[in-house]
Amino acid sequence: MEDIFHLTVGGQAGQGIKATGLTLAKIATRSGKHVYTYTGFPSLIRGGHNFTQVSVSKTSVSGPSLKNDFLIALDQKTISLHASELGKGKGLLYDSDRKYDLSLVEKETALYPVPLSKFAKEAGGSELLSNTVALGAAVYLLSGELGILKDLLKEQFGHKGDEIVNSNIQAAQKGYDFAVENFKDKQIPVLTKEENIAPKIVANGTDAVAMGAIAAGLQFAAIYPMSPISNILAVLAKYQEKYGFIYKQPEDELSAINMSLGASFAGARVMTATSGGGFALMSEGYGLAGITETPIVIVEGMRPGPATGLPTWSGQGDLRFVLHAAQGDFPRIVLAAGDAEESFHLAMQAFNLAEKYQTAVVLLIDKNICEDDQSITPFDASSYEVNRGKMLFEKSDNYERYKLEEDGVSTRTVPGVGNYFIGNSDEHNPVGIDSEETEDANSQMRKRMKKLETCKSQDMQPPKLYGPENADITVVSWGSNKGSILEAMKQLPNVNYLHISWLNPFPDEAVKQVLSKARHIVNVECNYSAALAGLIREKTGIEIADHLLKYDGRPIFPEEIVEKMKGVTL
Amino acid sequence: MTQLADLSTGCSPNWCPGCGDMAIWAAFKNAAVAKDWNNNNSVLVAGIGCHGHLVNFTKITSFEGLHGRALPVASGVKMANNRLNVFVFTGDGDCLAEGGNHFVHSCRRNHDITVVIHDNAIYGLTTGQTSPRSPHGYKSKSTPQGNLDNPVNPLTLAITAGATFVAREYASHIPQLSELFQKAAEHKGISVVDVLQPCVTFNELYTHEFYQNNTYYLDPSFDKTDKEQAFKKALEWGEKQIPLGVFYEVDEPSYEAQIPQIGQKPLVDTPVAKRDIQEIITDYR
Repeated sequence: MEDIFHLTVGGQAGQGIKATGLTLAKIATRSGKHVYTYTGFPSLIRGGHNFTQVSVSKTSVSGPSLKNDFLIALDQKTISLHASELGKGKGLLYDSDRKYDLSLVEKETALYPVPLSKFAKEAGGSELLSNTVALGAAVYLLSGELGILKDLLKEQFGHKGDEIVNSNIQAAQKGYDFAVENFKDKQIPVLTKEENIAPKIVANGTDAVAMGAIAAGLQFAAIYPMSPISNILAVLAKYQEKYGFIYKQPEDELSAINMSLGASFAGARVMTATSGGGFALMSEGYGLAGITETPIVIVEGMRPGPATGLPTWSGQGDLRFVLHAAQGDFPRIVLAAGDAEESFHLAMQAFNLAEKYQTAVVLLIDKNICEDDQSITPFDASSYEVNRGKMLFEKSDNYERYKLEEDGVSTRTVPGVGNYFIGNSDEHNPVGIDSEETEDANSQMRKRMKKLETCKSQDMQPPKLYGPENADITVVSWGSNKGSILEAMKQLPNVNYLHISWLNPFPDEAVKQVLSKARHIVNVECNYSAALAGLIREKTGIEIADHLLKYDGRPIFPEEIVEKMKGVTL
Repeated sequence: MTQLADLSTGCSPNWCPGCGDMAIWAAFKNAAVAKDWNNNNSVLVAGIGCHGHLVNFTKITSFEGLHGRALPVASGVKMANNRLNVFVFTGDGDCLAEGGNHFVHSCRRNHDITVVIHDNAIYGLTTGQTSPRSPHGYKSKSTPQGNLDNPVNPLTLAITAGATFVAREYASHIPQLSELFQKAAEHKGISVVDVLQPCVTFNELYTHEFYQNNTYYLDPSFDKTDKEQAFKKALEWGEKQIPLGVFYEVDEPSYEAQIPQIGQKPLVDTPVAKRDIQEIITDYR
């Protein structure tokens, strides 16, 4: 963690905090650095405290930090809240036109007062450009290239016309020039351009899911907006005409899942996405997919509940919910991604699994994965092949939609090709006609549930073990904790990490194999009830006694993991 | 051409003798024969209620989903394959109570689908509770002291919400109903057909006799394109005062006609294939 530089931009909602952080992340990425951003904001459009932390490294960075090396403050609150994180060797860039109270700032902090609002008004007639002025000054102080910032401003504002572009560029230039004049010899080597830069993108998990879906041949998605997954629908909506699929905004999540199931029944490759609250509404549709054997990918972006909970923060409290939601037994395939890269690949895989097994596949991601932008090697779908499973696109005599098959999977067909069948939410006979006969009830249930066994033997992936095979402590976790755990492990040579991404079917043998050999296990989760540990116990009989649990919506920081591990007595 | 016998699944209807659903079923099958609706060109989507059983006795590919959710399923089917004729069979409880939100939004989107409301003003399958169509004061198992809710009017609701074809028939007028189904299916956009359907077992108020005595057909000179007149007529309800026919019919682009992605051919006609996302990747540099 030592070679990582953490800088935070803070201000009120509406001041462009996230955009400023993203621009800094892109400058760093285009300069050949590795970047991880972490954004915190309340559920407000104006006001409140927003911040984005941008962590920059020459080698690698996969998580946020409790520390900050540099603070860009666009309001008093940012100074008040983050002042204690500063100190010797740390810097604070702030608006010198404002009479900020700096009494809380550690004495040895380097101060960089810049007349942000004055320059902003000069450049564009309003204080809205203060963040761009700050970007210009920060680029100089952090040894970045002003040209990269100007390119980004052109790309970001190009569609708004020359006037907006020019005022932004002027604002950036004013900040930069001021810094050159006033802070000479104070430059910190953070954004220095590397030689031989491998091109990277800056994206988060929702970008990754959307790109994965498009790459995997998505044809229809109905998604109702909800934090933290709304960016998925924004990306899909933007590219729908170019790629020829349909994104539809429905009236609610009930409609989202039922519309998607209707399109899937008609033969389209479909998905929907929501958060826990929306998934509560989707539960009946989840079961409908199960009994009608209609493929669907459901992305569930977790935030802390219950009910509205902490709507703009992160959580992992929905694991048991998606494993059991909806009445009755049906095959629920549940996957969980650990970062944007995994989100891309698991999203693509989810489409194949949904169609091969003709059921719902839930992809769990948490808010941190959804919103934390990272520098990533451009996603590569070259090893992916579309697999739609058993499908029939022509008329077949004596066709039976729910024919009993050894592997649990019957041949699917689509309406309009001449085959009669009913996609039936009532229990049914092999044709799909209502049946309450014991034989149909038993055989159809067994057929459907058999899919999980087939999936387990043919498709399920074992969990990944990071770090040394033999370690003093084995950490087990899932979701976005992965990034912080890997970051912490840079300081913990005797710790390894078991990362679980298949939740149902569950890789019990592989998990058992690793955990039964472990000297000491620590379970790390962002929920109150240690849901994964409970699942591990249920599936393997192994009881984990040591937990690091957090449920305040904030990520688990690498520092917290290091502290926890150092406190373990073997 | 589709023959009546082709539409038999071999299952006999399990509706009560005299149920209005029998007549709706007969009228629909006659329309299917007349228009050659079959497994190559049509899909039926049903909700849950007595009406939903229809799919078991009508041999056209169907989806019987959840209570109240037939409309979103049907919208999804139509967007994915707009070559199919999509018929929704729903009840007053299904469509106006559990699925009321979907009804409003489906109407305003003007999906090119035909919605048949089996309007029996009672919950039949759950053995006789008050429905959103039951009048104020109506006594049933769920309102033994009398219904305190006012009834929903599916016609005014559909007109207000933006449906472009709104009609009403009495179930036992089988030839007229069959013709109405054909007209509704031909209409480009959402067609709402409210069918007055006596529940002979649980509804002692809205009986066959009641509808036979109190319905009349709109005058042939009635202007179906006048929204205000349509609304006014749709408000009529009472002794000798229940109009039947097409109340409202206007030409407006259907939802599907406005989606450029399916302007040339249905979505599902393009086989699913891996896509090159290089262009999107570039936007993220």
